[in-house]
Amino acid sequence: MQNNFDDIIDKLDNNQLWDFPGGVFPAERKTLSNQTPIGNSPIPERLYVTTKQHIGVEGHLVVEVGQKVLKGQALTKSMNPFAVPIHAPTSGEIVAIQKHVSAHPSGLPEMTVEIRSDQQDKWIQLNPLVDYQNQPKMQVLAAICDAGISGMGGAGFPTHIKSSPKKDVDFLIINGIECEPYITSDDRLMREHAWQIRQGIDVLCHLLKPKHVLIGIENNKPEAIEAMQVACRENPNYRVCSIPTKYPAGGEKQLIQVLTNREVPAKGLPVDVGVIMHNVGTCFAIADAIFSGKPLIERVVTVTGEAVEKPGNVWAMIGSPVAHLLAHREYKKTAQSQPNVIMGGPMMGFSVISDLVPVVKTTNCILAPTDNEIAGNNEQACIRCSACADVCPASLLPQQLFWHAKAKELDKTQDYNLFDCIECGACAYVCPSEIPLVHYYRIAKSDIRIEQEEKQKSDKARDRFEKREIRLIAEQHARDEKHRLAAEARKLAMASNGNNSKDKIAAALARAKAKKQATNSLDDKQIEPVEIDAANKAEQTVKTEKSDTTTKAASSNQRVQAAIARAKAKKVAAEAGKEKEISQLELKDKVEVVTVEENKPEEKQLDTDDKVDTPPPVKTQVSTQTTISNETPAVAAPQNIEPTKADVKQAKIAAAVAKAKAKRQAQKIIDNKDRSNQPSPVNVDNTKTDSQVELAKTEEQQIEMKKRRIATAVAKAKAKKAAEKKMSKEDKPS
Amino acid sequence: MKFRLASSPHQHIRRDTGQVMRLVILALVPGVLMQTWFFGWGTIIQIVLAVITAVATEAAILELRKRDFERALKDYSAILAAILLAVSIPPFAPWWVIVIGTFFAIGIVKQLYGGLGFNVFNPAMAAYVMLLVSFPVQMTQWLPPMNLAQYSHDFMDALYVVFTGFSVEGFSLAQLKTDIDGVTMATGLDTVKTGLAQGFTFSEMIDFPIFDSVISGLGVASSWITLSYLLGGLYLLKQKIINWHIPVSMIMGLFVCSMIMSLVDSDLYPSSLFHLFNGSIIIGAFFIATDPVSASTTNKGRLIFGAAIGVWVYLIREWGGYPDAVAFAVLIMNMAVPLIDYYTRPRTYGHSSNKGKPINKAQS
Repeated sequence: MQNNFDDIIDKLDNNQLWDFPGGVFPAERKTLSNQTPIGNSPIPERLYVTTKQHIGVEGHLVVEVGQKVLKGQALTKSMNPFAVPIHAPTSGEIVAIQKHVSAHPSGLPEMTVEIRSDQQDKWIQLNPLVDYQNQPKMQVLAAICDAGISGMGGAGFPTHIKSSPKKDVDFLIINGIECEPYITSDDRLMREHAWQIRQGIDVLCHLLKPKHVLIGIENNKPEAIEAMQVACRENPNYRVCSIPTKYPAGGEKQLIQVLTNREVPAKGLPVDVGVIMHNVGTCFAIADAIFSGKPLIERVVTVTGEAVEKPGNVWAMIGSPVAHLLAHREYKKTAQSQPNVIMGGPMMGFSVISDLVPVVKTTNCILAPTDNEIAGNNEQACIRCSACADVCPASLLPQQLFWHAKAKELDKTQDYNLFDCIECGACAYVCPSEIPLVHYYRIAKSDIRIEQEEKQKSDKARDRFEKREIRLIAEQHARDEKHRLAAEARKLAMASNGNNSKDKIAAALARAKAKKQATNSLDDKQIEPVEIDAANKAEQTVKTEKSDTTTKAASSNQRVQAAIARAKAKKVAAEAGKEKEISQLELKDKVEVVTVEENKPEEKQLDTDDKVDTPPPVKTQVSTQTTISNETPAVAAPQNIEPTKADVKQAKIAAAVAKAKAKRQAQKIIDNKDRSNQPSPVNVDNTKTDSQVELAKTEEQQIEMKKRRIATAVAKAKAKKAAEKKMSKEDKPS
Repeated sequence: MKFRLASSPHQHIRRDTGQVMRLVILALVPGVLMQTWFFGWGTIIQIVLAVITAVATEAAILELRKRDFERALKDYSAILAAILLAVSIPPFAPWWVIVIGTFFAIGIVKQLYGGLGFNVFNPAMAAYVMLLVSFPVQMTQWLPPMNLAQYSHDFMDALYVVFTGFSVEGFSLAQLKTDIDGVTMATGLDTVKTGLAQGFTFSEMIDFPIFDSVISGLGVASSWITLSYLLGGLYLLKQKIINWHIPVSMIMGLFVCSMIMSLVDSDLYPSSLFHLFNGSIIIGAFFIATDPVSASTTNKGRLIFGAAIGVWVYLIREWGGYPDAVAFAVLIMNMAVPLIDYYTRPRTYGHSSNKGKPINKAQS
């Protein structure tokens, strides 16, 4: 879709041009100011040089209050590629560096160097770079940057950046269109300084190496066209093109379209289509900087409007307050019902909020119109006539944009390519309902920018929050892991130091831990030993004839049975204490343990904790069991304590039943075998553990042992069966 | 003193909505005069009634809506809608027909939808269709052109008929409708529609007195009236009040359809010229379908909008129940406007298509 270079040249050779869509033809009113040569204005008493007058960042201040400066002395230094320095427009003293009302529609104060002129206008030493053609490009670019040159057509893009593109340039277009009504500063500059403008173009050609140079001038400036043609006569590669007058032909994208029929891609730059565009004023300033070494400290400004008695163009120092220039051109306040000064043209300029607003590098016009030169404020309902769409040079649908902008449907405005609007004002100019369309678009654009900034902010905050969450979780995991390891270590320590009753805290922690991990699948194996042991300890002392009582108890109520067992145990213990090797005290301990164990089901968890907080008796008991090694019960003890209520209950039932059965069996065996000694009950009790069996082996004769084993196995099986039956029966009521 | 602050642009073209509407009204004058010439003072009386009703309705409703009615009245949009409705209805229709119609157009179709700029339908055409459906008898009482009528009538007659139903001499509307031969007259379109139903061929019918004897197929009165409106329409084009897209595409839509069908069978299907110079296609194309509020707003959309109206007009004229169809066609296409607008967005500068994708930067 992009025209190739030769086709474009062919068409231009035939004096043919393209056109851009839309456009309007406002009254030009240029003759007000273009009839007289560019005049000089007296040096203002005070100058307000804004530190940032271009697109980019401001330079680093190198002067201070009270310092005397010479004309052309740099006030800021460029520390950044996008920084352009500013210079003192005349000699004098810096009286203040502070915020001052800015040349911006908002008028928001910006950092400004305030200079009191000494009226001497004394130049600083200048360093021209006349033989620029023999200098490295970087040096020429540096000279342009150091001269403080930024685009003088309107946007104020730093010239040195625009002049060092990374792509090939087909066309260097010099914009002398000046399509805004009233403004004639470029017109007069071309008429009077065409030669110097051409010199600036030469410098740019040296830097950019374009295939061709096009100088576009609207055909309502025949004198300027002629002057430029004369100036460029010697170079066949420079072509002056007379462009049909139509607003906004001077828009960068529109002029590229008219001259080359190429379209700058949305969000792209002209260089993307092989075009670089500079304003004639910028070319003039470049020539000034290279050939005279003069920085950009003054520019041509059109002071016009019917409220100005002597309209015309003046060389205005950058930093001159608007009031100074107007006074010089005899501005009549009485011609306006309300003070009204527009900086820029009537289509795209902005009204200043104070007459102390200074001239900046992009100021091309100061317009003081009378009331009937400007539009009133009489907004009416949109009648959808779409006259706006007919004149839009970007082929937007201004009416739809307006509709959505007014309704704050910002995403819709972007669907309709709001950001391709160049704010030329053609739509609002033709709107029969006098809707300030561009104003609505500006608000929508800034709303979208604010929204995007806020979105970025909230995205960042969310990101931070999410990362923090992840970090916290990770820390929590690390802590848990550490605690787990510590607990295991403690448990281990406790296990190896089973008898060390001093480490109560460790034991309690281990228990707490163990409790947490407890499962319902805890089997009888874990519970049996101690309980059955304990029961059997009691039974050891109990006479065999009393066993049937216990059986009865087991079948009826385990608690009653347990109590009876306890009572009997106590009684027998008291009677037969002396006969047995076990001391009275130890026995008592054992019985107590049994009591504790059996009471548990009725007690709350906390109580159980309290109870089980007394491992010493258990251990004592275990330790006193001469036939069993220390280890087994020691490990069993803590496990034993853990079970939940239900487990304990079930275990107890099973234990009681087993006890009864075992007793009966034992009795039989004992009867048959002529009443053997203590070890036998122990064997009966502990058949499940190999160690116990082994222990038994060592103490009993092999034959006896064998028989007993069979007996205990039978008893075990029976006990299990009984326990199961019991459990299933007792499950329901519980 | 505070500086005046305003957003750019600070200049404005010297043409506001009121001026636009007044220019349109001005462009209607030749057609209205011609219509009065052929059909008597009734047209003027209807216009006066309509304008009064429109202004009163607009003012009352704006007052109810607490809006600045003085400013709204100055935009002449209600007056223009009233005039368009008044010239569409039969000149001797009873006064209450136009009053009801205008009230409906302004009060319901325009103001209830939010006033100027917000109405979906063309107020004049919506009101016309409402009247046609509600009062079919009154809405089809077209008189024969003056020079063909048996009884002539003057301003007083017209006034009497509109308000009482009888002329000063006591003739009823039905009597006034008879032509010199004592036959009840209808419009050209009506005549052909009825004639075809009765078995006449189109070539036989063009000899009927209602059609011009010089150029076959042109209605005696309607061709002159049509030409006068065409003149006004061209003036609007020249003044850039309207774009060419809608009138041209609408006329072409009807022209092409009728030409194809008349080539198929010229006895059954009237010629293209007949279609263009009878009925309200020209006033419709230049004054009604171009109503900015209810028409499409993109150039491509306008072409589709206009052409579709032309096709609808032909379809309804040939196969529909009504002799003319501009009002129906316009209303049908009014409904399609948002859709048309959505799909006919122009390609924005720097974008490769209207889907909003930027041109590929790498392209070189």
